[in-house]
Amino acid sequence: MPGTAEALAGARLPPVRRRGPWAWARANLFATVPSTIATVVFAATLARALPRIARWAVTGAVWSADYDACRQLAYRAACWGFVAEKHRLILFGRYPYPEQWRPLVGTLLVVAALGASAHPRCWRRWLVAVWAVVLPAFLVLMGGGVLGLTPVETGLWGGLPLTILLTLVGVSISIPIGVVLALARRSKLPFLRAAATLYIEMVRGVPLITVLFVASFVMPLMLPRQARIDVLTRIAAGITLFQAAYMAEVVRGGLQALPRGQHEAAASIGLSWWQTQRRVILPQALVLVIPSFVNSLLSVFMDTSLVTVVSMYDLTGALRLALGDPRWRNFFLEGYLFVGAVYFTCCFGMSRYSAWLERRLGRWISRPGTSR
Amino acid sequence: MNAAAPIIELAGVNKWFGKFHALKDIDLQIARGERVVVCGPSGSGKSTLIRCINRLEENQEGRIVVDGIELTEDLRSVERIRREVGMVFQQFNLFPHLTVLENVALGPQFVLHTPRRDAEASALQQLERVRIGDQAAKYPGQLSGGQQQRVAIARALCMRPKVMLFDEPTSALDPEMVKEVLDVMLELATEGMTMVVVTHEMGFARSVADRVIFMDEGRIVEQNPPREFFANPRNERTRDFLAKVLPR
Repeated sequence: MPGTAEALAGARLPPVRRRGPWAWARANLFATVPSTIATVVFAATLARALPRIARWAVTGAVWSADYDACRQLAYRAACWGFVAEKHRLILFGRYPYPEQWRPLVGTLLVVAALGASAHPRCWRRWLVAVWAVVLPAFLVLMGGGVLGLTPVETGLWGGLPLTILLTLVGVSISIPIGVVLALARRSKLPFLRAAATLYIEMVRGVPLITVLFVASFVMPLMLPRQARIDVLTRIAAGITLFQAAYMAEVVRGGLQALPRGQHEAAASIGLSWWQTQRRVILPQALVLVIPSFVNSLLSVFMDTSLVTVVSMYDLTGALRLALGDPRWRNFFLEGYLFVGAVYFTCCFGMSRYSAWLERRLGRWISRPGTSR
Repeated sequence: MNAAAPIIELAGVNKWFGKFHALKDIDLQIARGERVVVCGPSGSGKSTLIRCINRLEENQEGRIVVDGIELTEDLRSVERIRREVGMVFQQFNLFPHLTVLENVALGPQFVLHTPRRDAEASALQQLERVRIGDQAAKYPGQLSGGQQQRVAIARALCMRPKVMLFDEPTSALDPEMVKEVLDVMLELATEGMTMVVVTHEMGFARSVADRVIFMDEGRIVEQNPPREFFANPRNERTRDFLAKVLPR
């Protein structure tokens, strides 16, 4: 009985910590004089600002797509009417208006599949099958041309579906490429190492916008006419190959964090080089770099707005399209707040998810403040 | 294969780290079932010596044959030898992301292609052999140093090796944990395992070893059965070393 042994050794329970809101406030808000001053100043500012913000954003705002009502506000309150009027243009870009149920259904399918992929318990073979159905379904819905769906060329795809598609493709394909590049860069074979290093350094020396220009305008000039590759495919490939160089360095950071003893122990029980990477090194290294992966994920998600320079309209680009309407163009603040809220919801969701995943996959890592 | 032939044979082995000559003309034969303790001051090449046997270090000159397999550039010979030779490290080197059971079952499962269920059954058997079966579901980080080292021994044993190499297995342990590891090694010796042990535990050498090898500056300076080795060290450097490590 450990309890008895501890009692014998004079072990005591830890001192009782005061709980409750009052104790919390004392410890966190009013612990010292500067802290108290900061709390008071901050609370006073909030008390002044909040009602104004509420009046501007909620109580005084116009919620319907009523242009005249919005004009009468004279910017004293928000005109969400702009968003009400243009939300479909903002969310789906130039996609033909009557067909916009297709990107909606397609995106919901992809989001549902992403939800299923989120939990490690679902990381089984059937998940591959799920994606093997969902991705083609998404592409068919978006592109049409079969099953009586009107064809819609990829140049018209836009808004949130485009943002999600480019991010999904960019991140999910660039991670495996990045892993291969990182392993190659640490290889003992000089040719592999040089090739990987050259690729990584060259790509990192070029801005993404240049890559997009090349993929969009230069590549078609260089390829023969028969070898036409769809513009969206070129853009997605550009983003993926660009991102792969950064992913490679992220992964390499994780690989370098592992002590040599891990390689030696794996070798000493006879694991081959591949088995060592697959069973011992990568499972540790990839968990270590989840925070950096999420950095990349979020930056790809937002960098997709650069595709507007090659006339594709992602979420941000579609907002600019919507603001092209002279009647509504002065309500850009509301528009940007709306798009900002969409971005924030997605990014905050991803970052909470990654924090959870990090804890779950890294249960073997002992962190400060966790009991063993 | 001839049972009388040595299971490990090193002939004219030389090893350099950069310009540093770490092993000098090593000739060594170890018989089946023999227990050899290698000792010597730090930097004398004893770890390098046993790490050459399973190619964690590569010798530039000389030949090494383990159980009739000659170590060559060919990766297959390296992997075959590593399957025959288990190794225990000073820093345990357990895989922190795997449970204790998975650590031990990993080799059989992926190197010997044993079905997972069987690999885990045999892993559990090895864990019980080192008296740590009750910790199978924990992660290495939750165990004490002595427990971790016993898991590392079980991990090596689970590959059914013909030889076990120990590279200072107790040097990273708190004093009160040294015994639990030495006891396991003692049992292993009693069961007839061929063992090559780099250690400063002279008590272990005295009671378990068939032969003690003293190394200094990359050379084997002296080797003898322990009784002779401790009672009658011939070389002056051996006497110096023993004077430092043996309790007066």
